[in-house]
Amino acid sequence: MNTTLPHEKLTLLENFGHSLRSPAYVFQPTEVDEIGQAFELTKQTSLTVTLRGAGRSYNDAALNGGGIVLDLQRLNHIRTWNPESGIICAEPGVTLQQVWQTVLPDCWWPPVVSGTMFTTLGGCLGMNIHGKNNFRMGTIGEHVLEFTAWLPTGAQVTCSPKKNGDLFRAMIGGMGMLGVFTSITLQMKRVHSGLLEVEAWNVPDLKTHLHDLEARKEDADYLVGWMDCTAGGRGLGRGQLHQANYLHEGDDPDAKKTMQVEHQTLPARFFGLLPKSILHTCMAPFMNNLGPWSANTAKYLIGRHKTYRQPHAAFHFLLDYIPDWELAYGRDGLIQYQSFIPKETALDAWTEMLNLSHRRGLPAYLGVTKRHRPDNFLLSHAVDGYSLALDFKVTDGNRSTMAQMLQDFDRITLAAGGRFYFAKNSETTAETAIRFLGEETVVKFRLLKKRCDPYNLLESDLFRRVFSDA
Amino acid sequence: MPPITTPLPRRATPLQPRRRAIIVGASSGIGLTLARRLAREGYTLALLARRADLLASLCEEINNAAGETRALAYPHDVTDYDTLPDLLQRIVADLGGLDLFIYNTGISLPVGLKKYDFEKDRRTTEVNYLGALAWLNPVAAMFQSLKAGQIVGLSSVAGERGRVGNPSYNASKAALTCYLEAMRNRLSRYGVNVLTAKPGFVDTDMILGAKGTFWVIPAEQAAADICRAIRKRRQEVYTPARWRWVMLIVRNIPSFIFRRLIF
Repeated sequence: MNTTLPHEKLTLLENFGHSLRSPAYVFQPTEVDEIGQAFELTKQTSLTVTLRGAGRSYNDAALNGGGIVLDLQRLNHIRTWNPESGIICAEPGVTLQQVWQTVLPDCWWPPVVSGTMFTTLGGCLGMNIHGKNNFRMGTIGEHVLEFTAWLPTGAQVTCSPKKNGDLFRAMIGGMGMLGVFTSITLQMKRVHSGLLEVEAWNVPDLKTHLHDLEARKEDADYLVGWMDCTAGGRGLGRGQLHQANYLHEGDDPDAKKTMQVEHQTLPARFFGLLPKSILHTCMAPFMNNLGPWSANTAKYLIGRHKTYRQPHAAFHFLLDYIPDWELAYGRDGLIQYQSFIPKETALDAWTEMLNLSHRRGLPAYLGVTKRHRPDNFLLSHAVDGYSLALDFKVTDGNRSTMAQMLQDFDRITLAAGGRFYFAKNSETTAETAIRFLGEETVVKFRLLKKRCDPYNLLESDLFRRVFSDA
Repeated sequence: MPPITTPLPRRATPLQPRRRAIIVGASSGIGLTLARRLAREGYTLALLARRADLLASLCEEINNAAGETRALAYPHDVTDYDTLPDLLQRIVADLGGLDLFIYNTGISLPVGLKKYDFEKDRRTTEVNYLGALAWLNPVAAMFQSLKAGQIVGLSSVAGERGRVGNPSYNASKAALTCYLEAMRNRLSRYGVNVLTAKPGFVDTDMILGAKGTFWVIPAEQAAADICRAIRKRRQEVYTPARWRWVMLIVRNIPSFIFRRLIF
């Protein structure tokens, strides 16, 4: 007979968008050795286990309905930091916030960061995150010198680009389905100031939007576009681009000061008055088609060409500006749909997608564009092209229309030779996954999975969805 | 355990949410009609009963109609208390969660107006009441911890008075009603809804050969009333509704009259 876990230990977990709720038995190891115990327990209970970091995936990546979830947030020690070489070695629960706050005062910055600083390194590697500099620096996996991992077989392995290379390229971006990272060694990037030189300008339509992303990529360190997806017609795809560049040595007279953590901290109040913690509550009543249309239109109309200097944290971590902003989307939460499309086909594909969303009356409230480059990780989402991330509000009434629309989006993306990212889209099916990854890749991943996890202990709701046999 | 050939149901996504339910006692009667109705409403179901063949054909019928796995069969005897915690854990993992739990199992073993039979009474109590307790305790613990969920107990109008005809059945249903009320008082503060369903005479195996039945309704009607009450998160439902008023009177018949009645 199986071991039974106490039923009162079930905890209701959510995805980052608060659009999914799923119960699981949550275990939170404080020592690396407990990972082995967790695998043993999973085997005894005949359940499955999913790894969870900060829970910042927009979909079901860190959910395991009715199973075990291994929350790794308390494995959060930075083991070594070498300010000379810029090499950091840390446990998987260490957040990007911990990393940049450790390295910046020594004139370093993480080479790749997500839009929020609360993600954990384990999660960042599991999903192989990219930043606003993907076209230049690639994904975070390209800056991993080495990692150690605990496999469900009980084996502990060390992987680097040269050692166990196949596992290295599969575990990074492997959705946590092959093993648990126990330590991660990363190379930081040298910076000479706590500030970035930022330039912002408006783009009137999608064509200019993509053209500028292309034209600026040669001399930009970071490049990101905001898209007003509520605008249709001639303004379809209009928005604002931001380019940021590192300062050179000597450009910042106060470099020592600007690289202090205090200088980077985001303000706690808006206009020095309104506490940001209550802002999402104030936003909630306006999260209907009209509210974001007004805000986006105003943002576009008052947008001017300007240059300014901005702290790294303020430029990168836009999602952290308004704490709990995702709660403003209400009871049914939000979903994000991100498509990665080659540069040749992106314009037509997104024109079709954006027009479709207007026709269905379901405009995205936020759109973000980036420039990407391909990489050699097994489950890669990157292309030589662009990505567009769209945030949609979910309501009881719009679910079926939106599900239909996203199926059309998938069809358009696949026809354009595009790809998807497993930390974002919540509706990608196994059929779609196999089409963009290719059968050979899927077979390769399954073989590695069998080697690392012969009893299928590691399984998440995401894995069941995109790698189901159906 | 469900047959290996049945693929597990798909998990919920934000745009395709799924409610998940367990029905204990689903092979016939009200349980069966509830299963069909809830499956049509989009629920993913774990169906439990002793009769494996009946369960298997019901699951097949539901899954064929839906064109996907929407029901899984778990042959189970409610008096098999020891295997229950493990089974519940397995089911919740197979369904990917649990939103609704329905305890429908019930038997009626009349002993005759002047006879006494402890074996029959014990069986009635074990199936109608102890089985319910064995299931509802862990389910309540789960829902309390999740601060969500719905529990439905199939009690009966028979639980409102002790009658000469079927003492242990009356007592088991009275105990179940009282227990469900206690659960409601415990769990409503955690956002958990507990519904006590009290059918009158329903056209199921239970009333086969029974004399003196009236206002007999088809099981479909009982299931429809109960499903509506589930949707509205009611605390109590009589089916058909007129029993509410009849039982109000019956509950208040003074003992010196009631003890002279024979039914």
